Amino acid sequence: MSEHVSSAEITFAHAPSEGTGRIWKIFWVLSFITVVELLLGFGLAKHWFGEPEKSHSLILAVKGVICILSLAKAFYIVSVFMHLGDEIRNMIMTIVVPLCLFIWFIGAFLWDGNSWKNLRNTNAGSRPAKTEQHQQPAVDKDAKK
Amino acid sequence: MSTTAIPTNTKWWNGGRSPFNASYGKVMMWYFLMSDAFTFGAFLISYGTIRFSVNSWADPNQVFNAFPGFGHQNLPLAFVSLMTFILIFSSVTMVLAVHEGHKMNRKGVEKYMILTILGGLAFLGCQAWEWTHLLTGEHIAMLSDGTLSVVPTTVKMNPWGTHVAPDAIAAALQNTSHDKLAEIAATLHNGGAAHNVSAMSSAELISAIQASPELHVNHTGPIAFGGYFFGITGFHGFHVFSGVIINVVMWAKNKTGPL
Repeated sequence: MSEHVSSAEITFAHAPSEGTGRIWKIFWVLSFITVVELLLGFGLAKHWFGEPEKSHSLILAVKGVICILSLAKAFYIVSVFMHLGDEIRNMIMTIVVPLCLFIWFIGAFLWDGNSWKNLRNTNAGSRPAKTEQHQQPAVDKDAKK
Repeated sequence: MSTTAIPTNTKWWNGGRSPFNASYGKVMMWYFLMSDAFTFGAFLISYGTIRFSVNSWADPNQVFNAFPGFGHQNLPLAFVSLMTFILIFSSVTMVLAVHEGHKMNRKGVEKYMILTILGGLAFLGCQAWEWTHLLTGEHIAMLSDGTLSVVPTTVKMNPWGTHVAPDAIAAALQNTSHDKLAEIAATLHNGGAAHNVSAMSSAELISAIQASPELHVNHTGPIAFGGYFFGITGFHGFHVFSGVIINVVMWAKNKTGPL
């Protein structure tokens, strides 16, 4: 056992994992979260949470829950299945901290997309915005692209 | 087995050892994974930006609601659920292969790597079916010139725009050429009317089309949809495909042992 962990660059070896119990436990956790996500997604498709035109905030909350559940899944997969949780703090931080840039990326770019839509709908502020455009045919816009 | 606790106040950065207590290969694998995360993150954020910038987008539950062997039943999310569970299953078998490796059990590694490879191939097979279904599945759409046509989902065009009201359909049918009307009538599965569509006159075709209970017309969808869908799922398919190839190499090297 010792021959494959001994290396000048590694000063201590991780304790060998005892059994596969933890792996299967995480498998069931991931499966359960996935089933909940699918139920919520199915509910959104079937308008369980109200019609999209009316219950904006409830639908947004359900989508938020799906995002949080996905982050929980990402945590379990990276921490347990990919063994990042078994590394020392230095190693974990060198991976996790750069990924925090995503918070800024997502916020900035989606904001930009939304601003782009508003500018186009109002001719850059020169006419009032139509508030909701769900039934607006997409034809003219597509013809221009 | 030199399992020792981490000495307190270890000076990790004094040199002579990895400050991450990990081998060069493992650290570089993590940096590769981080770059992979940024690549796919950039794709998805770009997709989100475009989606936020237009007034309507394709409804994924409408775009894909099929399942092999279930014909035209409306089953949104069913096939992607299957694909998700294939991915969860193959990630478990990969972890178990690593686990067997830690125990130096070559037979166990072999077994779980084969299961992982099969899971990867199953996912790729599902994706091939999904792409074929979208690229060949034609739906009636209203083009920007006000005529109707049968449109597949490609990077150039898709039939997933907003819903067209019945009176607008009636007006568009009048502008549509005989050939297109025959094509549209042929896609509607209303029994007898589907026979001999090319022999029917335009007026007959229009009344047959309007009588069909399956008549459902959308405007053509946002043009960026196809490029994003096939681009991002294509890169993901390539990511899975290269993983399968690398796993096959590792399986073979594990089977033959050090050469």
